Amino acid sequence: MTVNGTEYAREVEPRLLLIHFIRDELGLTGSHWGCDTSNCGSCVMWLDAKPVKSCTLLAAMADGGTVRTVEGLERDGVLDPVQQGFIECHGLQCGFCTSGMLMTARWLLDHHPDPDEAEIREAISGQLCRCTGYENIVRSIRWAADRAAEHAADRAADRAAGETS
Amino acid sequence: MQVPSHVEYERATGVEHALSLLSRPETRVVAGGHSLIPMMKLRLAQPELLVDINGLAELAFITLDGDQLRIGALARHADLLDSAVAGHHFPIFHDAERVVADPIVRLWGTVGGSLCQADPSEDLSAAFAATRATAVIRRLDGERTVPVREFHLGPYETVVGRGELLAEVRVPVRPGTGSAYEKVSRRVGDWSVAAAGAVLELAGPAERPLIVSAGIGLTAVGAEHFVAAQAEDFLRGRVADEESFAAAAAIAAEHCHPAADQRGPEDFKRHLVAELTARALRRAADRVTRPAADRVAR
Repeated sequence: MTVNGTEYAREVEPRLLLIHFIRDELGLTGSHWGCDTSNCGSCVMWLDAKPVKSCTLLAAMADGGTVRTVEGLERDGVLDPVQQGFIECHGLQCGFCTSGMLMTARWLLDHHPDPDEAEIREAISGQLCRCTGYENIVRSIRWAADRAAEHAADRAADRAAGETS
Repeated sequence: MQVPSHVEYERATGVEHALSLLSRPETRVVAGGHSLIPMMKLRLAQPELLVDINGLAELAFITLDGDQLRIGALARHADLLDSAVAGHHFPIFHDAERVVADPIVRLWGTVGGSLCQADPSEDLSAAFAATRATAVIRRLDGERTVPVREFHLGPYETVVGRGELLAEVRVPVRPGTGSAYEKVSRRVGDWSVAAAGAVLELAGPAERPLIVSAGIGLTAVGAEHFVAAQAEDFLRGRVADEESFAAAAAIAAEHCHPAADQRGPEDFKRHLVAELTARALRRAADRVTRPAADRVAR
Protein backbone atom coordinates (compact mmCIF):
# COMPACT_ATOMS: atom_id res chain seq x y z
CA MET A 1 0.00 0.00 0.00
CA THR A 2 1.26 3.49 -0.78
CA VAL A 3 0.54 5.96 2.00
CA ASN A 4 1.32 9.64 1.49
CA GLY A 5 3.79 8.70 -1.23
CA THR A 6 5.65 6.03 0.73
CA GLU A 7 5.24 2.35 -0.04
CA TYR A 8 4.58 0.02 2.87
CA ALA A 9 4.36 -3.77 2.95
CA ARG A 10 2.96 -5.50 6.02
CA GLU A 11 1.46 -8.87 6.67
CA VAL A 12 -1.87 -8.36 8.44
CA GLU A 13 -4.94 -10.32 9.44
CA PRO A 14 -7.79 -9.95 6.94
CA ARG A 15 -10.04 -8.61 9.69
CA LEU A 16 -7.79 -5.63 10.48
CA LEU A 17 -9.58 -2.36 9.73
CA LEU A 18 -7.87 0.29 7.64
CA ILE A 19 -7.94 2.91 10.43
CA HIS A 20 -6.09 0.57 12.80
CA PHE A 21 -3.57 -0.37 10.12
CA ILE A 22 -2.77 3.28 9.50
CA ARG A 23 -2.61 4.23 13.18
CA ASP A 24 -1.18 1.13 14.85
CA GLU A 25 0.92 -0.51 12.12
CA LEU A 26 2.23 2.62 10.41
CA GLY A 27 2.09 4.99 13.38
CA LEU A 28 0.21 7.69 11.46
CA THR A 29 -2.03 8.87 14.28
CA GLY A 30 -3.35 12.03 12.60
CA SER A 31 -6.42 10.09 11.46
CA HIS A 32 -8.70 9.57 14.41
CA TRP A 33 -10.63 6.49 15.38
CA GLY A 34 -14.01 7.80 16.53
CA CYS A 35 -17.45 6.26 16.61
CA ASP A 36 -16.49 2.92 15.00
CA THR A 37 -19.89 2.88 13.24
CA SER A 38 -19.16 4.95 10.08
CA ASN A 39 -21.22 7.85 11.40
CA CYS A 40 -18.78 10.43 12.75
CA GLY A 41 -16.22 10.73 9.96
CA SER A 42 -13.18 11.37 12.20
CA CYS A 43 -11.42 8.51 10.41
CA VAL A 44 -11.91 9.88 6.88
CA MET A 45 -8.85 9.46 4.67
CA TRP A 46 -8.52 8.97 0.94
CA LEU A 47 -8.22 5.61 -0.77
CA ASP A 48 -7.48 5.82 -4.49
CA ALA A 49 -8.39 9.52 -4.53
CA LYS A 50 -11.79 9.09 -2.81
CA PRO A 51 -12.54 9.90 0.83
CA VAL A 52 -13.56 6.88 2.89
CA LYS A 53 -14.57 6.23 6.47
CA SER A 54 -11.62 4.00 7.26
CA CYS A 55 -13.23 2.29 10.27
CA THR A 56 -15.53 0.62 7.74
CA LEU A 57 -12.97 -0.78 5.35
CA LEU A 58 -10.58 -3.68 5.82
CA ALA A 59 -6.91 -2.87 5.37
CA ALA A 60 -6.81 -5.82 2.95
CA MET A 61 -9.31 -4.04 0.71
CA ALA A 62 -6.76 -1.23 0.31
CA ASP A 63 -3.98 -3.69 -0.62
CA GLY A 64 -2.06 -2.22 -3.56
CA GLY A 65 -4.00 1.04 -3.26
CA THR A 66 -2.98 4.63 -2.69
CA VAL A 67 -3.90 6.17 0.64
CA ARG A 68 -3.65 9.83 1.60
CA THR A 69 -4.06 10.85 5.22
CA VAL A 70 -4.01 14.23 6.94
CA GLU A 71 -0.23 13.87 7.26
CA GLY A 72 -0.10 14.00 3.45
CA LEU A 73 -1.81 17.39 3.12
CA GLU A 74 1.21 19.54 3.91
CA ARG A 75 3.79 19.74 1.10
CA ASP A 76 7.42 20.80 1.60
CA GLY A 77 6.60 22.48 4.88
CA VAL A 78 3.70 24.46 3.42
CA LEU A 79 0.26 23.79 4.86
CA ASP A 80 -2.58 23.01 2.50
CA PRO A 81 -5.00 25.98 2.16
CA VAL A 82 -7.68 23.99 4.02
CA GLN A 83 -5.30 23.54 6.96
CA GLN A 84 -4.47 27.25 6.86
CA GLY A 85 -8.20 28.03 6.67
CA PHE A 86 -8.93 26.04 9.84
CA ILE A 87 -6.23 28.08 11.61
CA GLU A 88 -7.40 31.44 10.27
CA CYS A 89 -11.10 30.86 10.99
CA HIS A 90 -10.77 28.85 14.20
CA GLY A 91 -12.24 25.78 12.51
CA LEU A 92 -11.43 23.51 15.42
CA GLN A 93 -11.56 23.42 19.17
CA CYS A 94 -10.77 19.94 20.49
CA GLY A 95 -9.48 18.80 17.09
CA PHE A 96 -10.93 15.32 17.15
CA CYS A 97 -12.98 15.63 13.97
CA THR A 98 -10.46 17.89 12.23
CA SER A 99 -8.38 15.41 10.25
CA GLY A 100 -11.50 13.92 8.70
CA MET A 101 -12.96 17.35 8.02
CA LEU A 102 -9.73 18.44 6.32
CA MET A 103 -9.64 15.40 4.04
CA THR A 104 -13.25 15.87 2.98
CA ALA A 105 -12.70 19.62 2.51
CA ARG A 106 -9.69 19.03 0.27
CA TRP A 107 -11.68 16.54 -1.80
CA LEU A 108 -14.62 18.92 -2.09
CA LEU A 109 -12.44 21.81 -3.28
CA ASP A 110 -10.58 19.57 -5.74
CA HIS A 111 -13.89 18.69 -7.38
CA HIS A 112 -15.82 21.86 -6.71
CA PRO A 113 -13.47 24.82 -6.21
CA ASP A 114 -16.21 27.38 -5.52
CA PRO A 115 -18.81 25.76 -3.25
CA ASP A 116 -21.52 27.83 -1.57
CA GLU A 117 -22.38 27.37 2.08
CA ALA A 118 -25.10 24.79 1.39
CA GLU A 119 -22.74 22.71 -0.73
CA ILE A 120 -20.08 22.79 1.99
CA ARG A 121 -22.62 21.74 4.59
CA GLU A 122 -23.83 18.90 2.36
CA ALA A 123 -20.24 17.72 1.76
CA ILE A 124 -19.47 17.47 5.49
CA SER A 125 -22.92 16.19 6.43
CA GLY A 126 -21.51 12.73 7.16
CA GLN A 127 -19.12 14.11 9.78
CA LEU A 128 -19.75 15.19 13.34
CA CYS A 129 -18.19 18.06 15.25
CA ARG A 130 -19.16 18.53 18.87
CA CYS A 131 -17.32 21.85 19.41
CA THR A 132 -17.83 24.38 16.65
CA GLY A 133 -21.46 24.07 15.68
CA TYR A 134 -20.00 23.77 12.15
CA GLU A 135 -20.11 27.54 11.53
CA ASN A 136 -16.35 27.98 11.74
CA ILE A 137 -15.68 24.80 9.78
CA VAL A 138 -17.83 26.09 6.93
CA ARG A 139 -16.01 29.47 7.11
CA SER A 140 -12.63 27.71 7.12
CA ILE A 141 -13.42 25.74 3.99
CA ARG A 142 -14.78 28.84 2.31
CA TRP A 143 -11.58 30.68 3.31
CA ALA A 144 -9.55 28.00 1.52
CA ALA A 145 -11.73 28.31 -1.57
CA ASP A 146 -11.33 32.11 -1.60
CA ARG A 147 -7.56 31.82 -1.14
CA ALA A 148 -7.31 29.40 -4.08
CA ALA A 149 -9.36 31.81 -6.21
CA GLU A 150 -7.07 34.72 -5.21
CA HIS A 151 -4.00 32.67 -6.12
CA ALA A 152 -5.53 31.86 -9.49
CA ALA A 153 -6.29 35.56 -10.05
CA ASP A 154 -2.74 36.52 -9.02
CA ARG A 155 -1.28 33.96 -11.39
CA ALA A 156 -3.48 35.23 -14.22
CA ALA A 157 -2.42 38.83 -13.45
CA ASP A 158 1.24 37.75 -13.43
CA ARG A 159 0.79 36.04 -16.78
CA ALA A 160 -0.94 39.13 -18.21
CA ALA A 161 1.86 41.37 -16.86
CA GLY A 162 4.44 39.05 -18.38
CA GLU A 163 2.76 39.25 -21.78
CA THR A 164 2.59 43.06 -21.85
CA SER A 165 6.18 43.64 -20.62
CA MET B 1 -13.27 -1.46 20.04
CA GLN B 2 -15.27 -3.38 17.48
CA VAL B 3 -13.34 -6.05 15.63
CA PRO B 4 -14.76 -8.59 13.17
CA SER B 5 -14.20 -12.24 13.97
CA HIS B 6 -11.60 -14.20 12.01
CA VAL B 7 -12.32 -14.25 8.32
CA GLU B 8 -10.52 -15.22 5.14
CA TYR B 9 -10.26 -12.69 2.33
CA GLU B 10 -10.04 -13.22 -1.41
CA ARG B 11 -10.05 -10.64 -4.15
CA ALA B 12 -12.06 -11.73 -7.17
CA THR B 13 -10.27 -11.23 -10.48
CA GLY B 14 -13.38 -11.74 -12.62
CA VAL B 15 -17.06 -12.64 -12.34
CA GLU B 16 -16.35 -16.35 -12.92
CA HIS B 17 -13.65 -16.32 -10.25
CA ALA B 18 -16.07 -14.62 -7.84
CA LEU B 19 -18.77 -17.21 -8.61
CA SER B 20 -16.43 -20.14 -8.00
CA LEU B 21 -15.35 -18.62 -4.65
CA LEU B 22 -18.99 -18.02 -3.73
CA SER B 23 -19.76 -21.73 -4.00
CA ARG B 24 -18.12 -22.18 -0.59
CA PRO B 25 -20.50 -22.13 2.39
CA GLU B 26 -20.46 -19.18 4.82
CA THR B 27 -19.13 -16.87 2.15
CA ARG B 28 -20.17 -13.25 1.68
CA VAL B 29 -19.54 -10.75 -1.08
CA VAL B 30 -17.96 -7.47 0.01
CA ALA B 31 -18.11 -4.39 -2.21
CA GLY B 32 -18.66 -1.03 -0.48
CA GLY B 33 -18.78 -2.92 2.80
CA HIS B 34 -20.65 -0.13 4.55
CA SER B 35 -23.40 -2.43 5.81
CA LEU B 36 -21.58 -5.75 5.98
CA ILE B 37 -18.44 -4.60 7.81
CA PRO B 38 -20.38 -2.83 10.59
CA MET B 39 -22.42 -6.01 10.99
CA MET B 40 -19.21 -8.05 11.15
CA LYS B 41 -17.82 -5.67 13.76
CA LEU B 42 -20.94 -6.27 15.87
CA ARG B 43 -20.59 -10.04 15.17
CA LEU B 44 -24.08 -10.01 13.68
CA ALA B 45 -22.42 -11.39 10.58
CA GLN B 46 -19.57 -13.89 10.86
CA PRO B 47 -18.72 -15.10 7.36
CA GLU B 48 -15.77 -17.47 6.98
CA LEU B 49 -14.73 -16.02 3.64
CA LEU B 50 -15.10 -12.55 2.13
CA VAL B 51 -15.00 -12.23 -1.65
CA ASP B 52 -13.99 -8.69 -2.60
CA ILE B 53 -15.60 -7.77 -5.93
CA ASN B 54 -14.41 -4.15 -6.04
CA GLY B 55 -12.11 -4.96 -8.94
CA LEU B 56 -14.90 -6.21 -11.21
CA ALA B 57 -15.21 -3.10 -13.39
CA GLU B 58 -17.57 -4.99 -15.72
CA LEU B 59 -20.26 -4.73 -13.02
CA ALA B 60 -19.89 -0.96 -12.55
CA PHE B 61 -22.09 0.56 -15.26
CA ILE B 62 -25.25 2.60 -15.74
CA THR B 63 -26.54 2.55 -19.28
CA LEU B 64 -29.68 2.90 -21.33
CA ASP B 65 -30.14 -0.19 -23.47
CA GLY B 66 -33.23 -0.01 -25.67
CA ASP B 67 -36.21 0.33 -23.36
CA GLN B 68 -34.29 -0.65 -20.25
CA LEU B 69 -32.10 1.26 -17.84
CA ARG B 70 -29.37 -1.19 -16.81
CA ILE B 71 -27.54 -0.59 -13.54
CA GLY B 72 -24.57 -2.79 -12.67
CA ALA B 73 -24.48 -4.17 -9.14
CA LEU B 74 -21.15 -2.45 -8.51
CA ALA B 75 -22.42 1.03 -9.49
CA ARG B 76 -21.86 3.24 -6.44
CA HIS B 77 -24.62 5.32 -4.91
CA ALA B 78 -22.70 8.41 -6.01
CA ASP B 79 -22.63 7.08 -9.60
CA LEU B 80 -26.40 6.67 -9.67
CA LEU B 81 -26.86 10.13 -8.15
CA ASP B 82 -24.54 11.62 -10.80
CA SER B 83 -26.03 9.69 -13.72
CA ALA B 84 -27.86 12.05 -16.07
CA VAL B 85 -29.52 9.20 -17.98
CA ALA B 86 -30.84 7.63 -14.77
CA GLY B 87 -32.08 10.99 -13.50
CA HIS B 88 -33.75 11.82 -16.79
CA HIS B 89 -35.79 8.62 -16.97
CA PHE B 90 -36.17 7.98 -13.23
CA PRO B 91 -35.96 11.06 -11.01
CA ILE B 92 -37.01 8.67 -8.21
CA PHE B 93 -33.43 7.35 -8.13
CA HIS B 94 -31.95 10.81 -7.71
CA ASP B 95 -34.50 11.67 -5.01
CA ALA B 96 -33.66 8.46 -3.17
CA GLU B 97 -29.88 8.65 -3.58
CA ARG B 98 -29.80 12.18 -2.18
CA VAL B 99 -31.01 10.72 1.13
CA VAL B 100 -29.09 7.43 1.21
CA ALA B 101 -26.49 7.67 3.99
CA ASP B 102 -24.09 10.60 3.51
CA PRO B 103 -21.87 11.81 0.64
CA ILE B 104 -18.77 9.92 1.82
CA VAL B 105 -20.62 6.64 2.31
CA ARG B 106 -22.30 7.09 -1.09
CA LEU B 107 -18.87 7.08 -2.75
CA TRP B 108 -18.35 3.49 -1.58
CA GLY B 109 -21.73 1.82 -1.04
CA THR B 110 -23.12 0.03 -4.08
CA VAL B 111 -26.54 -0.41 -5.62
CA GLY B 112 -26.18 -4.20 -5.57
CA GLY B 113 -24.99 -4.16 -1.99
CA SER B 114 -28.03 -2.19 -0.89
CA LEU B 115 -30.40 -4.69 -2.47
CA CYS B 116 -28.50 -7.74 -1.18
CA GLN B 117 -28.16 -6.36 2.34
CA ALA B 118 -31.99 -6.43 2.34
CA ASP B 119 -32.30 -4.09 5.27
CA PRO B 120 -36.04 -3.57 5.89
CA SER B 121 -35.44 0.20 6.00
CA GLU B 122 -33.39 0.39 2.82
CA ASP B 123 -34.32 3.10 0.29
CA LEU B 124 -33.32 1.61 -3.07
CA SER B 125 -35.32 -1.57 -2.41
CA ALA B 126 -38.45 0.58 -2.31
CA ALA B 127 -37.38 2.61 -5.34
CA PHE B 128 -36.66 -0.51 -7.42
CA ALA B 129 -39.92 -2.09 -6.25
CA ALA B 130 -41.83 1.03 -7.35
CA THR B 131 -40.17 0.92 -10.79
CA ARG B 132 -40.87 -2.82 -11.19
CA ALA B 133 -37.21 -3.53 -11.83
CA THR B 134 -35.72 -6.96 -12.46
CA ALA B 135 -32.63 -8.38 -10.77
CA VAL B 136 -30.16 -10.35 -12.89
CA ILE B 137 -28.43 -13.05 -10.87
CA ARG B 138 -25.37 -14.78 -12.30
CA ARG B 139 -24.06 -18.25 -11.48
CA LEU B 140 -21.40 -20.41 -13.10
CA ASP B 141 -23.87 -22.22 -15.39
CA GLY B 142 -25.74 -19.10 -16.53
CA GLU B 143 -28.04 -16.47 -15.14
CA ARG B 144 -31.60 -16.02 -13.94
CA THR B 145 -33.81 -12.98 -13.64
CA VAL B 146 -36.03 -12.26 -10.65
CA PRO B 147 -38.44 -9.32 -10.28
CA VAL B 148 -37.20 -7.06 -7.49
CA ARG B 149 -40.66 -7.53 -5.99
CA GLU B 150 -39.74 -11.19 -5.42
CA PHE B 151 -36.07 -10.60 -4.58
CA HIS B 152 -36.38 -10.14 -0.82
CA LEU B 153 -37.42 -13.12 1.28
CA GLY B 154 -37.47 -11.11 4.49
CA PRO B 155 -35.23 -8.89 6.57
CA TYR B 156 -31.60 -9.47 5.52
CA GLU B 157 -32.60 -12.38 3.27
CA THR B 158 -32.75 -12.52 -0.51
CA VAL B 159 -33.20 -15.15 -3.21
CA VAL B 160 -29.50 -14.93 -4.10
CA GLY B 161 -28.18 -18.37 -3.19
CA ARG B 162 -24.83 -20.06 -2.71
CA GLY B 163 -22.67 -19.73 -5.81
CA GLU B 164 -24.71 -16.79 -7.08
CA LEU B 165 -24.00 -13.09 -7.52
CA LEU B 166 -26.37 -10.19 -8.20
CA ALA B 167 -24.93 -8.77 -11.42
CA GLU B 168 -27.30 -5.98 -12.43
CA VAL B 169 -30.72 -4.45 -12.10
CA ARG B 170 -32.83 -3.68 -15.17
CA VAL B 171 -35.52 -1.04 -15.00
CA PRO B 172 -38.16 -0.88 -17.73
CA VAL B 173 -38.37 2.58 -19.32
CA ARG B 174 -41.87 3.56 -20.46
CA PRO B 175 -42.93 6.81 -22.11
CA GLY B 176 -45.40 9.01 -20.28
CA THR B 177 -44.11 8.18 -16.80
CA GLY B 178 -42.99 10.26 -13.87
CA SER B 179 -41.49 9.23 -10.54
CA ALA B 180 -40.51 10.57 -7.13
CA TYR B 181 -39.26 9.50 -3.70
CA GLU B 182 -40.10 11.09 -0.35
CA LYS B 183 -38.39 10.20 2.93
CA VAL B 184 -38.54 11.30 6.52
CA SER B 185 -35.51 10.58 8.69
CA ARG B 186 -34.45 12.03 12.00
CA ARG B 187 -31.13 13.41 10.79
CA VAL B 188 -28.84 13.44 7.77
CA GLY B 189 -27.70 9.99 6.76
CA ASP B 190 -30.10 8.14 9.01
CA TRP B 191 -32.41 5.33 8.04
CA SER B 192 -35.98 6.22 7.15
CA VAL B 193 -38.65 6.58 9.77
CA ALA B 194 -40.77 6.00 6.69
CA ALA B 195 -40.37 6.63 2.97
CA ALA B 196 -42.48 6.25 -0.16
CA GLY B 197 -41.56 6.06 -3.83
CA ALA B 198 -44.04 6.42 -6.67
CA VAL B 199 -44.02 5.79 -10.41
CA LEU B 200 -47.01 6.86 -12.49
CA GLU B 201 -47.73 6.15 -16.13
CA LEU B 202 -50.37 8.54 -17.44
CA ALA B 203 -52.36 8.79 -20.68
CA GLY B 204 -55.20 10.85 -22.06
CA PRO B 205 -55.81 14.59 -22.04
CA ALA B 206 -53.41 16.69 -19.95
CA GLU B 207 -56.29 18.35 -18.08
CA ARG B 208 -57.74 14.99 -17.04
CA PRO B 209 -54.98 12.36 -17.29
CA LEU B 210 -55.76 8.74 -16.54
CA ILE B 211 -53.47 6.43 -14.63
CA VAL B 212 -52.34 3.55 -16.87
CA SER B 213 -50.21 2.03 -14.14
CA ALA B 214 -48.91 2.96 -10.72
CA GLY B 215 -45.95 1.66 -8.75
CA ILE B 216 -45.68 2.48 -5.06
CA GLY B 217 -42.71 1.40 -2.95
CA LEU B 218 -42.57 1.78 0.83
CA THR B 219 -39.68 1.22 3.20
CA ALA B 220 -39.21 0.88 6.96
CA VAL B 221 -42.92 0.24 7.53
CA GLY B 222 -43.24 -3.51 7.05
CA ALA B 223 -44.74 -3.40 3.57
CA GLU B 224 -44.56 -6.82 1.98
CA HIS B 225 -41.81 -6.83 -0.67
CA PHE B 226 -41.55 -3.04 -0.14
CA VAL B 227 -44.78 -2.58 -2.17
CA ALA B 228 -48.16 -0.94 -1.53
CA ALA B 229 -50.00 -3.33 -3.83
CA GLN B 230 -53.57 -2.45 -2.80
CA ALA B 231 -52.96 1.25 -3.40
CA GLU B 232 -51.48 0.49 -6.82
CA ASP B 233 -54.54 -1.59 -7.77
CA PHE B 234 -56.83 1.20 -6.61
CA LEU B 235 -55.12 3.81 -8.80
CA ARG B 236 -55.12 1.88 -12.06
CA GLY B 237 -57.64 3.44 -14.49
CA ARG B 238 -58.48 6.38 -12.23
CA VAL B 239 -58.00 10.07 -12.93
CA ALA B 240 -54.63 11.32 -11.71
CA ASP B 241 -55.89 13.95 -9.27
CA GLU B 242 -55.65 14.90 -5.61
CA GLU B 243 -58.70 12.84 -4.69
CA SER B 244 -57.26 9.62 -6.15
CA PHE B 245 -53.86 10.26 -4.57
CA ALA B 246 -55.34 10.91 -1.12
CA ALA B 247 -57.45 7.74 -1.30
CA ALA B 248 -54.48 5.64 -2.48
CA ALA B 249 -52.30 7.13 0.26
CA ALA B 250 -54.87 6.14 2.89
CA ILE B 251 -54.96 2.59 1.49
CA ALA B 252 -51.15 2.38 1.57
CA ALA B 253 -51.13 3.52 5.21
CA GLU B 254 -53.80 0.98 6.13
CA HIS B 255 -52.12 -2.02 4.52
CA CYS B 256 -48.53 -1.66 5.74
CA HIS B 257 -47.27 -3.08 9.05
CA PRO B 258 -45.07 -0.53 10.82
CA ALA B 259 -43.48 -1.51 14.12
CA ALA B 260 -43.31 0.89 17.03
CA ASP B 261 -39.67 1.58 17.89
CA GLN B 262 -37.34 4.40 18.89
CA ARG B 263 -38.20 6.13 15.62
CA GLY B 264 -41.84 6.50 16.58
CA PRO B 265 -45.13 4.80 17.38
CA GLU B 266 -47.20 2.90 14.84
CA ASP B 267 -49.86 5.58 14.26
CA PHE B 268 -47.21 8.20 13.57
CA LYS B 269 -45.60 5.95 10.97
CA ARG B 270 -48.96 5.26 9.30
CA HIS B 271 -49.54 8.99 9.18
CA LEU B 272 -46.14 9.40 7.50
CA VAL B 273 -46.92 6.67 4.97
CA ALA B 274 -50.14 8.43 3.95
CA GLU B 275 -48.52 11.85 3.70
CA LEU B 276 -45.35 10.69 1.92
CA THR B 277 -47.28 8.47 -0.51
CA ALA B 278 -49.54 11.39 -1.46
CA ARG B 279 -46.55 13.70 -1.92
CA ALA B 280 -44.65 11.15 -4.02
CA LEU B 281 -47.71 10.52 -6.24
CA ARG B 282 -48.28 14.26 -6.69
CA ARG B 283 -44.65 14.90 -7.60
CA ALA B 284 -44.50 11.85 -9.90
CA ALA B 285 -47.59 13.14 -11.77
CA ASP B 286 -46.03 16.60 -12.11
CA ARG B 287 -42.92 15.05 -13.62
CA VAL B 288 -44.66 12.99 -16.29
CA THR B 289 -43.07 13.79 -19.61
CA ARG B 290 -45.79 13.64 -22.17
CA PRO B 291 -45.04 12.01 -25.54
CA ALA B 292 -44.40 14.50 -28.36
CA ALA B 293 -47.40 13.26 -30.39
CA ASP B 294 -49.70 14.09 -27.49
CA ARG B 295 -48.37 17.64 -27.30
CA VAL B 296 -48.81 18.11 -31.05
CA ALA B 297 -52.39 16.87 -30.85
CA ARG B 298 -53.19 19.58 -28.33
